[in-house]
Amino acid sequence: MASSLTVANLDAGYGAVRVLEDVSLRVGAGETVALLGTNGNGKSTLMKSVMGIVRPSAGSIAAEIDGTTYELVGRSTEDIVDLGIAFVPEGRRLFPKLTVSENLLLGAFRPTARTSIARNMDFCFETFPRLKERARQLAGSMSGGEQQMLALARALMSAPRMLLIDEPSVGLAPLLVSRTIDKIKELKTGYDLTVLMAEQNFTQAIRIADRGYVIVHGRIAFAGESAEALNNNDMIREFYLGA
Amino acid sequence: MRGLTFSLVLIAVAVAIFALGRWYSNSYAFFAAYIVVQYIVLGTAWNILGGYTGYVNFGVTAFFAIGAYSTVVLYKLVPAMPLPVMIVIGGVLAGIVGLGTGYLTLRLRGVFFSIATLALAVVVQTLITNWDFVGGARGAYVLRPRAAPLIGGEYIQYLFLVMLGLCVIVLATARAIERSGLGYGFAAIRDDEAAAEASGVPTLKLKLIATVLSGGFMGMAGAPLPYYVTYLDPSSGFSLNYAVNAIAMPLIGGTSSWLGPAVGAVLVGGLQEWLKVVQLREWLGIGVPSEANVLVAGLLMVAFVILAPQGIVGLFQRKK
Repeated sequence: MASSLTVANLDAGYGAVRVLEDVSLRVGAGETVALLGTNGNGKSTLMKSVMGIVRPSAGSIAAEIDGTTYELVGRSTEDIVDLGIAFVPEGRRLFPKLTVSENLLLGAFRPTARTSIARNMDFCFETFPRLKERARQLAGSMSGGEQQMLALARALMSAPRMLLIDEPSVGLAPLLVSRTIDKIKELKTGYDLTVLMAEQNFTQAIRIADRGYVIVHGRIAFAGESAEALNNNDMIREFYLGA
Repeated sequence: MRGLTFSLVLIAVAVAIFALGRWYSNSYAFFAAYIVVQYIVLGTAWNILGGYTGYVNFGVTAFFAIGAYSTVVLYKLVPAMPLPVMIVIGGVLAGIVGLGTGYLTLRLRGVFFSIATLALAVVVQTLITNWDFVGGARGAYVLRPRAAPLIGGEYIQYLFLVMLGLCVIVLATARAIERSGLGYGFAAIRDDEAAAEASGVPTLKLKLIATVLSGGFMGMAGAPLPYYVTYLDPSSGFSLNYAVNAIAMPLIGGTSSWLGPAVGAVLVGGLQEWLKVVQLREWLGIGVPSEANVLVAGLLMVAFVILAPQGIVGLFQRKK
């Protein structure tokens, strides 16, 4: 059974600064949803609110995991990870002075994930053979593309039902961006995941997304019900394609 | 090496050291060795928070002196209480203060946490200085029993043995942490706290465990001090030496492994003890004041930060 996420009327921010205003969105079971928008519009804040890193001031975030619905607002990040929601933070945020395999082990820190650590590790190495070759190398010494793979693999170590990915393309060469996006699609199908992905790179994100939301100044400016709808939207043309 | 084997080896080493001391039977050697072992305990305790999680604690003297002054209080209330019990109580008190400090300050990251711990040392010192029951600014006398209980001989031998036992416990704990999930969690916090949180590492809980263990062990290291010095006043209990050494020794030895603080303490502590007695005046033609101890630690720390930032242990570790 897959899992879904429903965000309703969410307000969030940092201290006196309001970043998100009345944001509502839905990620259906087994969907890949893209959260589009340029820098500073609130994509990361939304991700962090779902993960309990930022505390929303109003609204609700409900996650349905394998048939049970949980309210995420007010839960700690570790509980949310425990429920089966994994997060790949922007800029990868690996543990640079630990080895690749230690990074992976830390992805399975929660008790629920510890039970299946060996199997998940094998799975990660199968999906990312490159990481197996580099298992004993320090994470910080790998290339950007390899680090992004490790960040994805680390998130998978918690055996998630839902994956939140913040800007997977940041700091990667164009070829690696498209490889990373392909890999996300592969993982999604292989693990039967529900994916919410924040991305600035519109053309890449839309390749694998079923639907998308455009977020502007902390509000949902457009909800595209299909990849074509996004592709043909005037506002998106204006924002991204300069036409 | 498994935890149990390691602990047995540590105990064997400690017994051997103590037997050697008994055979040598020189009370000065016991006094000097006590200080070195005390610094192993203090440095390792500091390293549990400062080295493993990367939170630099400048408030060493607060925890150390809480241990020392809890012994003064207990000595005044129940003079017959055995020293190990006093150490446990001192450790628990310092651990509680560690928990409170951690809870209040661990939302502060990096240098701001360090500043807060610095303030803690000042607050605790001010409180003790104004507390008449423990002698206030005048200080308090604690009479050392003439003979050691259980083992016979001078009391300093007993003090040394107790500190040696404490050292075994602290080193075994530090090593066990390093090889457990707890240790990986600490390392994740040190490397990237936000990422640790996003990976589901319960960061606040782990940091509180670290502050409690670290503070508690520092308190334990300080608890026997009144019996060692027999006269304790705030300026000696809160001496800068303890804070500088407790930070310098792990940095010099290497903060990533349990061995580092021990190596650093033996090296720097040993050097300082040697400087106390060697006749430098005859060699150099100048007198060396006792503050040279801090100078030694400071200079070594600067040298190591520049030349070997991973410490002595780091020099021998396999490059990954």
